Amino acid sequence: MPDSTPQPGALLPLPPSSFHILLALADEDRHGYAIIQDVAARTGGALKLSAGTLYRSIQRMLEQGLIVEILERPAPEFDDERRRYYRIAPFGTAVARAEARRLTQLVSMARARGLAPGRA
Amino acid sequence: MRAYRALLHLYPASFRAEYGEEMCAIFARQRRDAAGPAVATLWAATFFEVLRNAAAVHWDILQQDLRYTARSLGRTPGFALTAIVVTALGVGANTAAFSVTDFVLIRPLPFAEPERLVKLWERLPGYPKMEPSPANYRDWKRMSTAFEAMGAFYGLPVNLVGHGDPERLERTAVTADLFPMLGAHALLGRLFAPADDRAGAAGTLLLSYPLWQAVFGGDAGVVGQRVTLDNEPYTVIGVMPPDFHFPSREAEIWTPARFQELDFQDRDNNYLEVVAKLRRGVSLDRARAEMGVIAGQLERQYPKENRLTGSNVIRLRDELSQQSRLLLVALSGAALCVLLIACANLANLLLARALARQKELAVRAAMGAGRERLVRQLVTENLVLAVLGGLLGVLAAVAAVPLLARLVPSSLPIAQAPSVDFRVLIFAALLTGLTGVGFGVFPALRASGSADLSGLREGARAGGGLREGARAGGGRKERLRSALVIAEVMASVVLLVSAGLLIRALWRIEATDPGFHADGVLTLRTALPMPKYAVTARRAEFYTRVLSEVRALPGVSAAAYISFLPMVMQGGIWPVAIDGQPRDLTRGGESQTASMRFVTPGFFAAMGIPLHRGRDVSDSDTIDRPFAAVVSESFVRRYWPDQDPLSRHFQFAFHDRMVVGVVGNIRVRGLERNSEPQVYLAYKQDPDGGFTFYGPQDLVVRSSASTGALLPALRRIIRGADPQQPVSDVRTMAQIVEEETASRSAQVRVLGVFAAIAFLLAGVGIHGLLSFAVSRRAQEIAVRIALGARSSAIVRMVLRQGVLLAAAGVLPGVALAYAAGRAMQALLAGVQPGDAPTFLAAAGLCVLMTILGCLFPALRAVRVDPITAIRAE
Repeated sequence: MPDSTPQPGALLPLPPSSFHILLALADEDRHGYAIIQDVAARTGGALKLSAGTLYRSIQRMLEQGLIVEILERPAPEFDDERRRYYRIAPFGTAVARAEARRLTQLVSMARARGLAPGRA
Repeated sequence: MRAYRALLHLYPASFRAEYGEEMCAIFARQRRDAAGPAVATLWAATFFEVLRNAAAVHWDILQQDLRYTARSLGRTPGFALTAIVVTALGVGANTAAFSVTDFVLIRPLPFAEPERLVKLWERLPGYPKMEPSPANYRDWKRMSTAFEAMGAFYGLPVNLVGHGDPERLERTAVTADLFPMLGAHALLGRLFAPADDRAGAAGTLLLSYPLWQAVFGGDAGVVGQRVTLDNEPYTVIGVMPPDFHFPSREAEIWTPARFQELDFQDRDNNYLEVVAKLRRGVSLDRARAEMGVIAGQLERQYPKENRLTGSNVIRLRDELSQQSRLLLVALSGAALCVLLIACANLANLLLARALARQKELAVRAAMGAGRERLVRQLVTENLVLAVLGGLLGVLAAVAAVPLLARLVPSSLPIAQAPSVDFRVLIFAALLTGLTGVGFGVFPALRASGSADLSGLREGARAGGGLREGARAGGGRKERLRSALVIAEVMASVVLLVSAGLLIRALWRIEATDPGFHADGVLTLRTALPMPKYAVTARRAEFYTRVLSEVRALPGVSAAAYISFLPMVMQGGIWPVAIDGQPRDLTRGGESQTASMRFVTPGFFAAMGIPLHRGRDVSDSDTIDRPFAAVVSESFVRRYWPDQDPLSRHFQFAFHDRMVVGVVGNIRVRGLERNSEPQVYLAYKQDPDGGFTFYGPQDLVVRSSASTGALLPALRRIIRGADPQQPVSDVRTMAQIVEEETASRSAQVRVLGVFAAIAFLLAGVGIHGLLSFAVSRRAQEIAVRIALGARSSAIVRMVLRQGVLLAAAGVLPGVALAYAAGRAMQALLAGVQPGDAPTFLAAAGLCVLMTILGCLFPALRAVRVDPITAIRAE
């Protein structure tokens, strides 16, 4: 159950696994295994979510209202009965943006001290 | 794959149901992709991943449930508070009772291998535990093989002079083998060595920790210092640790027990206490058998002195009066009763709450919460209540334990105050857990079992009449709740009757005539040190001077000295022989003995003991005159019934004595025990060095002045007579008599509180159940009122239910209470376990409780507004 009138800032900083799941769902709805694959592909295999971590995060993110489970299914030939599909919620998008902003600020602070590549 | 599924059971069922299939699918793919050694790596990683995540999911749910609990309890603070307080009462009562019981009865004594330590006694007809004489002790030690070590001690208070005011100290003389046998170590310095025991060795002593702190300021350089005890020089050889108490917590100082050949001459000189350690592998029974054989041999060897003298071997742990034990067992039983009542009340509260929450649970079930989730939520709620109640209970117990210290017998070698320690906390946690799980899970299961959609139908229960409604709705639950209330009433009857019986016993004991008038009598002790006062005339000089000055004080009507005050010293028993009567230790089932005291003139007047015939001892009863004795009525009744006792002679304490007076009986052995007849001897008729132990030391002053006004004058007078003489044990006689019943009244007070709690809880239980029933039946009642039922009929209907509940509880309660009374008959001081006034009072209280419990529900039933109640449909 989502908390009443949540503020995106209240959930920051976001656990890395949650952030990655939001990124994976940003462009399309995916089922669990597809999320794991997408995260692994984007991080070059550096982050391999385990099933437990994935679904524990999913459960929490559902409760927080970051994502929703969708009932519409792809065409039956691509579908597996067991699969459940997830979609990023508008609140999830807002939180992902806020987290990205937070990370950007951090990086620019690091840059100002010469701890990160790029222009000061 | 099956292994992975099994592993998934570590997750909560709700999580597994939701995601288990997909997790299996993902694992299946990973498993397919892996080959060779990667399979092992995958399994290992998966195993730890599941462990970690399952714990995390459980934690997530717990947090969620706790948040929900806080909200839901916050909405019903009255319920939450009641449940917490009820739990706290149950846990608190038991924690407090357990802390004392554990401390006194269960916990091993603070010595090395305490289970092998035993105490050895002589056994005489009528005296199962008689102190052995040094001669018998020496023979036991020489002849026995069952013991690894044997040591002896005796109490011999001494005066300490030269460190501030003169002080009277509780000194225990111990043989050198005693402390090592107990596994004791000195905090500073050393223990006694066999060389310290030899007659003629330089005096050595060990200090107790409190005395070291109080008198020597905790100075580490105290070892080697010289101190003067009873005018004799001693060297401090060590300090004992703070937790060492032997033989009791009163011990302040220890010196070696030294025996000279002379001490072994008299086998009737019984004053030693003997502790021994069973050899490894030797049972108590074997030790008893061996000691029996040895006692038999000694009796044959010394047929006169050791006549009928057996032996008695008792575990040191069991050196506790039957009464102290029973007091605590009764207390624990009462606490258990309180816990049962609290649990029944709690279960009732939770059942009622679960019924009231049916709709909420049905909504949650409809929204997809599984039964497991609902039960888990409810259990979390109940556990939170239990833990809060448990914490409060432990706090209450911590506060109450010091009040229970009076129940710790002073005869045990343990500290006075039990502490709430680790064991007690574990006990409290177990209790809390049991209460929470037992009475939280059960209602939760029941509640969730019916959390179906029927709960959503608003008027489901209201359609039919009373019977149908009860059957359709919570008929079974109502029966269960009734059973719980009946159990509460039953347990509270048991508690009320037990407390009542013990109160009656206490009253009876308090009403016992001690044989003297305690009011207005102040007592104090000036124990005259030997050998300074070994000459009788020297003591007489002291008494004469002190007494004449005390008697001259304003308000003082009488003053005298006696060897030992009654009740404070219960021993000092000597055999009696009468010319022309056969000497037998047991005549008519009673031993032929009497208690012996030396007194100065005026003792009977000072104590208010009536002089029935003849005269008091007098100053002219000197050593060259016939030895005078004043005897008690019981003495006369036993030896010269229906005859004039005056001027008759008897043999007592090595001398021929002549009866010069007869006084009333007093209770030397306290209010609850039968006392031997009393013999009072003239203080001047004690040959020099004869009965120095019996030299009068307790001053009794009858006065109209207050203690505060009198005491400084008394101290000044004693300082004037001997500046080195300490004054100790300042007490009124009334305090001494009160001390007799101190542990009893402490127990009765605690039990009374328990009974009051039980009574209250049972009343609340009846009230709760009836209120609930009335609100469930509001529509039925409304219909009845609308149809013209009188209010009296409605009240009768509610009352009937209450009275039925009470009667169903009182009847078995009375039977149980009688059984409880029988079990603690030894504590009842002659009050019958079926004491009618007590039972009537308890039953009357139950009727009162029932009426009070019914009152508000009945009023509410009468006030039901038919229109509102029916329209609510």
